[in-house]
Amino acid sequence: MSIDRKTFLRITGCGLAAALAGSKIAGLIAEAQDELTTPDPAALKGRRWAMVIDTKKCLKDEGCDKCIQACHRVHNVPEIADARREVKWIWKEPFEHAFPAHDPEHLPEALAGRPVLVFCNHCDAPPCVRVCPTKATWKRASDGVVMMDWHRCIGCRYCVAACPYGSRSFNWSDPRPHLVQINGAYPTRTKGVVEKCTFCDERLARGQLPACVEACTEKALIFGDLADPGSEVRRLVRENFTLRRKPELGTAPQVFYLI
Amino acid sequence: MFMFEKAVVGGRRYWSWLGVLAAVIALGFASYLRQLDQGLAITGLSRDVTWGLYIAQFTFLVGVAASAVMVVLPYYLHNYKVFGKVTILGEFLAISAVTMCMLFILVDMGQPARVLNVILHPTPNSIMFWDMVSLSGYLVLNAVIALVTLTAERKGIAPPGWIKPVILISIPWAISIHTVTAFLYNGLPGRSFWLTALLAPRFLASAFSAGPALLILLCMILRRFTWFDVGREPIQKLALIVTYAMVVNVFFVLMELFTVFYSGIPEHQEHFKYLFVGLEGHGSLVPWMWTSVLLAVASLVLLLVPRFRHDEKILAVACVTVFLSLWIDKGIGLIVGGFVPSPLGAVTEYAPTLPEISIALGIWAVGFLMITVFYKITLSVREYLGA
Repeated sequence: MSIDRKTFLRITGCGLAAALAGSKIAGLIAEAQDELTTPDPAALKGRRWAMVIDTKKCLKDEGCDKCIQACHRVHNVPEIADARREVKWIWKEPFEHAFPAHDPEHLPEALAGRPVLVFCNHCDAPPCVRVCPTKATWKRASDGVVMMDWHRCIGCRYCVAACPYGSRSFNWSDPRPHLVQINGAYPTRTKGVVEKCTFCDERLARGQLPACVEACTEKALIFGDLADPGSEVRRLVRENFTLRRKPELGTAPQVFYLI
Repeated sequence: MFMFEKAVVGGRRYWSWLGVLAAVIALGFASYLRQLDQGLAITGLSRDVTWGLYIAQFTFLVGVAASAVMVVLPYYLHNYKVFGKVTILGEFLAISAVTMCMLFILVDMGQPARVLNVILHPTPNSIMFWDMVSLSGYLVLNAVIALVTLTAERKGIAPPGWIKPVILISIPWAISIHTVTAFLYNGLPGRSFWLTALLAPRFLASAFSAGPALLILLCMILRRFTWFDVGREPIQKLALIVTYAMVVNVFFVLMELFTVFYSGIPEHQEHFKYLFVGLEGHGSLVPWMWTSVLLAVASLVLLLVPRFRHDEKILAVACVTVFLSLWIDKGIGLIVGGFVPSPLGAVTEYAPTLPEISIALGIWAVGFLMITVFYKITLSVREYLGA
């Protein structure tokens, strides 16, 4: 096969241009990767993130749902009218549902039937992680956060069966039509995967407190490093009597309730 | 390949039966396409009851699959010649049942396209990983054994020596598939209904009752509609196995009830209360559970009295009652009962929807199609040898 000079130049020219464009694109990709994989120097650092909920402060206004709103808005959690198919990361339960060992008949009036905030306990020995067949949920070694990869989740719902707190939600249908407003900075989910609270891992990485903590004007939610003896959460747990949900199951929940 | 040419020759009755099954499969498949499109929202499942008909059928059918060991063990381990004619029928039943199990797992998944993640990211701390290993291993074992022994039978030669250890491995393997399946449930800290070491033994007892009962019925169907007759003796021996297993199963259930109600621990009692008397005004499973109890009692009367058991017409009725009773117990009550009440005390009822039932029926039809084709091949081989 023979080619004339003009064709030869055209082909080599195109080749060079493509090579240049290619190296430019590769550079852009590398830059974007750096941005994604290099930790933000401002990131909050902890060895065992935990939360303390001051129920007295929280119950000052039973109708308040600022933390729930903030969390669900920032994480694109859909609002589904059918309670049987709800997706929720943080919500309220009557005290005796959150703490079933306590018989409502003999509870103080200030607690019986009163709403308590519940969400993922980020257990130190999480049964959901133990049962997941694909490592789509795991306990982060660096800070104990129970993470969730909804791109790997196969939707078997074994973790939902394993969680003794009902903290996990499954997307029975496409959640996107149920989003009033989409936060472009956070992924939406697809049908058929499980999701839950992740202690705002994406905000911690940017040096921000969890959205619920930031939204609470009563300062009823206190977030911090339980492994740090000088932290506020450590101090509160040391100085006060606190409750944890179903500690007898050996899951070692990391959310403490000041009563 | 594997004598499938024998499956495409048959009479009108054979083809119309296959046609009926194909129609049920097509309906189920159409419903499944809808589920793929809309998600599991087309089922009756919910936040609180996250597993239902699909996973319950899976659990029941693991038992049917495991029960093949009840013919394989006497025949190969004890050289019990009477089971010579039924052993391969049991193995083919196991292959069909394991296939149904896998299909039921697949249709229960929210993201079935990602199923390979279980292999790409193997997770030995998950019982589901081991369930996959044991079920697929059992499928391969039984497929190899059935293929090799039937091929040898057709050629009129003894099966190769290496198949013997494979058969011996399949015996404990059968026990393992149902034990691992029980472990799926009884290792969960917040689910008191399943949190009992008796779950695996109970699974095995009910499996060794329901499985051979189905095998007896299949043998009777073959006798009625084909030239093939396994004879009276193997059926009577199988009936004895069904009887013992059913007695043990009922004994286990009573032990469970004693522990739960004498100890009086509320979170263990509530699930049984929901199933048998209803809880907080909800009791949609109560009629089902009592039907299961009545059928179990009836089957024990029919099985334990030798005069009844020896009469094959009555035995057939007994097998049907055993099968239905255990199907209700395991295929409905055992899974749903574990989810009600929820860990937060909510009593949410579950009822499968029409599309969900149609998908389940479609999978059962796949199983029956496989059994039909496999048995047809077996019978053709034996007819050819007999002629």
